[in-house]
Amino acid sequence: MTAVTYREAVRRALRDALATDDRVFLMGVDVGAYGGCYAVSLGLLEEFGPERVRDTPLSESAFVGAGIGAALGGMLPIVEIMTVNFSLLALDQIVNNAATYRYMSGGQMHVPLVIRMTTGAGRQLGAQHSHSLEGWYAHVPGLRILAPATVTDAYGMLAPALVDPDPVLIFEHGALYHVKGELPDDLGPVDLTTAVIRRAGGDLTLVTYGGTLPASLDAAEQLAGEGVGAEVIDLRSLRPLDMDTVLASVARTHRALVVDEGWRSGSLSAEVSARITEQAFSDLDAPVGRVCSAEVPMPYAKHLEDAVVPRAAGVVAAARRLGA
Amino acid sequence: MTDADAFPGMQHQVHLLRQMARIRRFEERAVELYSATAIRGFLHLDIGQEACAVGVTEALEPDDAVVATYREHGHALARGITMRAVMAELEGKVEGVSRGRGGSMHLFDVATRFFGGNAIVGGGLPVAVGLALADKLRGLPRVTACFFGDGAVAEGEFHESMNLAALWHLPVLFCCENNRYAMGTALLRAQSEPDLAVKAAAYRVPSWSVDGMDVLAVEEAANRAVEATRFGGPHFLELRTYRFRGHSMYDPDRYRSTDEIEAWKERDPIPRLATALRDAGALDDGARGRMEEEVAAEVEDAVAFAEAGTLEPVEDLERFVTAGSGVPGAAR
Repeated sequence: MTAVTYREAVRRALRDALATDDRVFLMGVDVGAYGGCYAVSLGLLEEFGPERVRDTPLSESAFVGAGIGAALGGMLPIVEIMTVNFSLLALDQIVNNAATYRYMSGGQMHVPLVIRMTTGAGRQLGAQHSHSLEGWYAHVPGLRILAPATVTDAYGMLAPALVDPDPVLIFEHGALYHVKGELPDDLGPVDLTTAVIRRAGGDLTLVTYGGTLPASLDAAEQLAGEGVGAEVIDLRSLRPLDMDTVLASVARTHRALVVDEGWRSGSLSAEVSARITEQAFSDLDAPVGRVCSAEVPMPYAKHLEDAVVPRAAGVVAAARRLGA
Repeated sequence: MTDADAFPGMQHQVHLLRQMARIRRFEERAVELYSATAIRGFLHLDIGQEACAVGVTEALEPDDAVVATYREHGHALARGITMRAVMAELEGKVEGVSRGRGGSMHLFDVATRFFGGNAIVGGGLPVAVGLALADKLRGLPRVTACFFGDGAVAEGEFHESMNLAALWHLPVLFCCENNRYAMGTALLRAQSEPDLAVKAAAYRVPSWSVDGMDVLAVEEAANRAVEATRFGGPHFLELRTYRFRGHSMYDPDRYRSTDEIEAWKERDPIPRLATALRDAGALDDGARGRMEEEVAAEVEDAVAFAEAGTLEPVEDLERFVTAGSGVPGAAR
C-alpha cells in the first residue's frame, strides 16, 4: 500500500496496460515527447517507444477516428484528448462511428477503444478548457462513460475498460490529478457497472461523481457536525447508471441531493433526479434537490470560477433546504 | 464455350463488364422497388459510376479492407457481398448484410472486410487511416481502400486524414470518386483549388487522375496504386466520373443541364466496354444477351430472396447496442 497521486495512478495503469498486451497503444497530442499535457504519460515514450506511445498532430477527428479504425483492425487503442472541450472536434467520430458500428453492422463489428480526456474546472482555464460535458456523452447509446474520482478507480478502471469490447470514455477531472490516495499493491480490476458508497449515512443521499466527490465528502463531514448523516454515493459509471445502489440508499434516507459539475439544464443530474422520481417517488420525503454549475461559460477570474462550480458550502445549504 | 473463351486475354474484361452490369441492373431494379415502397429511406445510386467501384476492387486482395460511403451498393457487390444480402438489407430484412439495421447507406460485411457504408461525408476517412495503422502495427501487408466523393475534399477530415496517413506512411489508398457535384453543389462552386491532385501533393501523397468512365483505365491505375500503397504508404486516385441519376431519389436535378447529363451518358462505361469487346470479337451480341439474362436472373433471385425474408423481432431492438445489450439478464 502506497500513497500516490491520481496522475501517478493513471500513469501506472497505462504502463501496466502497455506492458501486458501488445495490442495496446497510446496516442494523442503530446502524449510522447512532451509527457502528456498534464504529465500523465511522462516516461512512457522512453519505456515503450514511439510506435506505442504515439504523438499525433492536432487532428482530433483524425486521431480519434484512427483509434476507431485501429480498434476495428484488431488493436486496443487508448486515445488521449487534452480536454473535453477539444473532444468536440471529434464528436462526429465518437457519436456517429464509435457508438454506432456494432448496431449498424448488425453485430458484426465492434470498437474496443478507450478514450481518456480531462474534464472540469478549478484551474482558471476559462471558457474553452473547463467545462463538464461528460453528461452529453452519457446521452449516447453504445458508449460506456466512466468518471474515476479516486486514486484506486483512476488506476483500476483502465484494465476493465480495455477488456470491454465496446467504446469506453474515461473522464479524468483536472482538479484531481494532484490528489493523493492509497493504492493497494494487489488492487484488482474495478467493477465498471456499480456505483460505490463512499460514506455511509442515514438521513440524506448525496449522489455525485468525479470532480465533485471531494466537495460532497466535505459537505457530509460538515453535516455530520450538525447531526445529519449524509450518505455519499459516487456513481463512477455515468452510462450505464447503477440506479439500484442509488435507489436502495434513497429507500433508507428518504432524501436525495444530486451534485454535478455539469450545467443543470438537460444534464446528467436531471437524468438521475428523474429516475429517482420515477422509480422511488413514494420513498421521498422531499423533492430531489440538485447542486450544479451556474449556467455561464466558465469565467477566468478565480472568485468567479469559484462561484460557478459546486462547493461544500452550497451542498450543505441545499441539504438544509431539503429538511435533512 | 463462350466467345470469350476463344480470347483468353479478354475473359477478364468480360468479367469486368459483367460486374458493372450486375451493379447497374441491381440498382435499376432497386429504383422500381423504391417506387413500389418496398425500399424506403435514402437510396443513392451508383448508376454511371460503376467503373470506379469495379476497377478499384478488382485490384484488391481478399484480405484488404474497403471503407465506402452512403453510395456503396456498387462497391459492396463488386467486393463480393451477395446481391441477396444487399437487396435484403435495402428491404430492411434480417437476412440483409447488416440485419436490416443499416439500410442502403450502411452496408457492413466482416467476411469481405467491408467497413461501411458511412453516411457522414468524410467520416470514413479517419477510420480507414486507423485500419491501416492497425495493419502496420501488426505487420500485415494489407491495403485499405477508402472511397469518398469530391464533396468530402472540403471536409476537415479529408485534410486531417491525408496528413496523418502520409505522416505515418500508412497503406491507405484514397479513392476520390469525383462526380463533379457534392449533392447539388458543383466542384467549382465549392473548391478554391478544383484540381484535387494538387491537394494530395500538398500532403506529399502521390496521385493519379483517371478517366472514371473507363473501367480498364481505372483497373490499370488501381493495380499500380494498390501495390504502391501496400509497400509505400498512401496514394490518391482521382476517378473522374459522373452520376447519371440524381443525388438520391428525392433529387429533382435542378442544378445540372440535360445537355450535360446526356453528354456524359455518351461515355457510359458499360456500352463503352461492351462495344470494345464486340469490336474485338470477344463478346458478340448473343453472348452479351446471355450475360444480361444471367444478370437479370441473379437480380430477380435477390429480389425474391429479399421479399421472402423476415423482419427482425421488435423484441431484439436493443441487441447490438453494446455486447450483450438487449439480452435478458445481461448487464447494460
